[in-house]
Amino acid sequence: MAEEALSLPRVPIGDGVDAAVDFLRTELSGFFNAVQTVFGASVDAMEWLITLPPPLLFAAIAGLIGWRVRSWQFGAFAVVAFGVVDSMNLWDETMATLALILIATVLAVIISLPVGILAARSDAVSTVVRPILDFMQTLPVLVYLIPAVLLLGIGTPGGLAATLIFALPPGVRLTELGIRTVDSEVVEAAEAFGSSRNRTLLRVQMPLALPAIMQGINQIIMLALSMVVVAGFIGAGGLGNEVVRSISRVEVGTGFEAGLAVVILAIFLDRLTSAVGQPTRKKSKQAA
Amino acid sequence: MTMIRGEHLYKVFGPQARKAVDLFEEGWTRDEVKEQTGALGAVIDASIDVAEGELFVVMGLSGSGKSTLVRMINRLHDPTSGRVEIDGVDATALDGKELRELRAGKVSMVFQRFALFPHMTILDNAAWGLETQHVDREEREEKARKALATVGLDGWEANYASELSGGMQQRVGLARALATEADILLMDEPFSALDPLIKRDMQSLLIELQSELRKTIIFITHDLNEAMRLGDRIAVMKDGRIEQTGEPDEILSNPATDYVAEFVRDVDRSRVLTAANAVQDPLVTLSPDTQPRAAMVQMRDHEAAELFVTKADRTLVGAVRDDDVAEAAKRGDRTIADILHHDYGQASEDTPLGHTLLDAARYTLPLAVVGDDGKLRGVIPRVTLLSALANQDVLEEEGDPESNGNGPPDAAELVAQAAHDGQPVASDGQPHMRGEASTETETTEEGAHHG
Repeated sequence: MAEEALSLPRVPIGDGVDAAVDFLRTELSGFFNAVQTVFGASVDAMEWLITLPPPLLFAAIAGLIGWRVRSWQFGAFAVVAFGVVDSMNLWDETMATLALILIATVLAVIISLPVGILAARSDAVSTVVRPILDFMQTLPVLVYLIPAVLLLGIGTPGGLAATLIFALPPGVRLTELGIRTVDSEVVEAAEAFGSSRNRTLLRVQMPLALPAIMQGINQIIMLALSMVVVAGFIGAGGLGNEVVRSISRVEVGTGFEAGLAVVILAIFLDRLTSAVGQPTRKKSKQAA
Repeated sequence: MTMIRGEHLYKVFGPQARKAVDLFEEGWTRDEVKEQTGALGAVIDASIDVAEGELFVVMGLSGSGKSTLVRMINRLHDPTSGRVEIDGVDATALDGKELRELRAGKVSMVFQRFALFPHMTILDNAAWGLETQHVDREEREEKARKALATVGLDGWEANYASELSGGMQQRVGLARALATEADILLMDEPFSALDPLIKRDMQSLLIELQSELRKTIIFITHDLNEAMRLGDRIAVMKDGRIEQTGEPDEILSNPATDYVAEFVRDVDRSRVLTAANAVQDPLVTLSPDTQPRAAMVQMRDHEAAELFVTKADRTLVGAVRDDDVAEAAKRGDRTIADILHHDYGQASEDTPLGHTLLDAARYTLPLAVVGDDGKLRGVIPRVTLLSALANQDVLEEEGDPESNGNGPPDAAELVAQAAHDGQPVASDGQPHMRGEASTETETTEEGAHHG
């Protein structure tokens, strides 16, 4: 009895969430149907585009990009790595995953850049956005995977939505951080010569925040990749499906091959995006 | 003509800013207001009036509000209260677009840590103020090149700021400010981050540019010597308030408050004060037509061992020594015209006192201050020179401050001061005071005279 007297009355948070999801499903079904269609179509289109060249040509193109952006060693790695993927008979799955990641990244950047910029300009926005990002990043994935399925259905759209929720926060955070940490005297100098806020943003703050923003995009891609397997649980396709299937059948070898393909994609995309983030001009040498 | 006028400017940071201004107007101090409202009065009731073409220095220690005051002029900070008028226009009333036009075309700025854009070339940096005015690329690059050439940076257009030394970076900062052809230049401690030699170069560059361009400049510094060197007028700030505004020698010789007096204690007077600040009328002068006996009487009456000789129109022709006059009288010379010597120091009225020290040490006669027309304007006896420079502290760095200024300065101090000023000390290393034996050269000459 004493225990009961001490315990607080139950606050029905869960019931509220249930009601909210139900409400969204019934009242906003049109909207979610549209989102579902757009998500599915854009990933399909991307997949079609990147499977246009045959695997070996794709590997060659990846090698060329790697060489131009980073180094010839990296280019060689890309050729060999994509060759290995093809030889493991995982080409279509890998391309499906790549398509999902690319679309997730594009969407995440489209959302996180403006939000990050607004948060950098306004402390109020920043104060509101920060806990939302914390929430998105720390809520266990499976908890929002199910509502995503309920709202967007099984398959790619649900997987894409879950990936977005998980991968978005670092894009916003690093954009805000990058812009806020631009030397305030440099920003002041821009303004002291009559620059408008938008010009200052585009010509001074964004270019100087670019390394941080690129790091954010890099993080988005890495987190999106780590969501691939989870999204496989709801049939998002690609390597995730492969991993889930082989694990459930205890086919350790096939599972490892799919995992290796994920790692190869991860290394390629990580090195590529981190190289783009570096300023191209030669580093400062302090003149005497 | 007044170019910049600031009237009763207040800038209060923090809560209850308006209330804080009211309290300040009732006479509360900064600390009292801080305690009462939590608001920090960065600038309190500051009024300035800067004429066209003037180089106006705002001086104070960090936290004195000088940067904030200057930022209210181009409204990087909006005044909490008060009015800024630029070239007759009320700048406090400008809207966003007008304000941007003001900053792009009328008022430009140079920053302490240069604040160059690291991702742009030097040329694009210098052209920034023109870019914001939507000047087309060709024209703005041409003007930027011209501005870079003005500060001696032609050939560096395609480089990046990080490839330049500090002094060169600030030249870019200056070029960026000059490229817009703004009439007004706000300079926020522009040379404070530079090492002393470069700093001096940049000051010289600024003086040179200013003599050509005649911009209206507000120059912030915490370096009193810099303020004295550059400023046409100086405002000294403390705790958000302007303590005194005046010309450099006025601030130096007539400080309005204890704080200003304390502040100027450390200034190198030898650079700031000129001969005009210490000149006085000569005791008496002789004419070249004076008879030796009359000259002797004069010298005896004034207890002078030597006297200057001028023509009727005060043109300085030389000086005479008492023993030469006595010799001439014995020989029966008609006038003293034949026994004139030129063993004395000369200076013009704008010679810094520091430059006169060596002559003061070398000769027994007072320093003759002579105008461009060759006429004697006055003399500076050694005691006057030293007391003008000393003002109780000229050699404070030598040690015990109590001993300076009281009692007569000795020769060692003179040597020290001359050395301090970067001038060679007389080769025998021992300049002498009045009344002591003359240097060897002089003794020999005297011997010749006697012979």
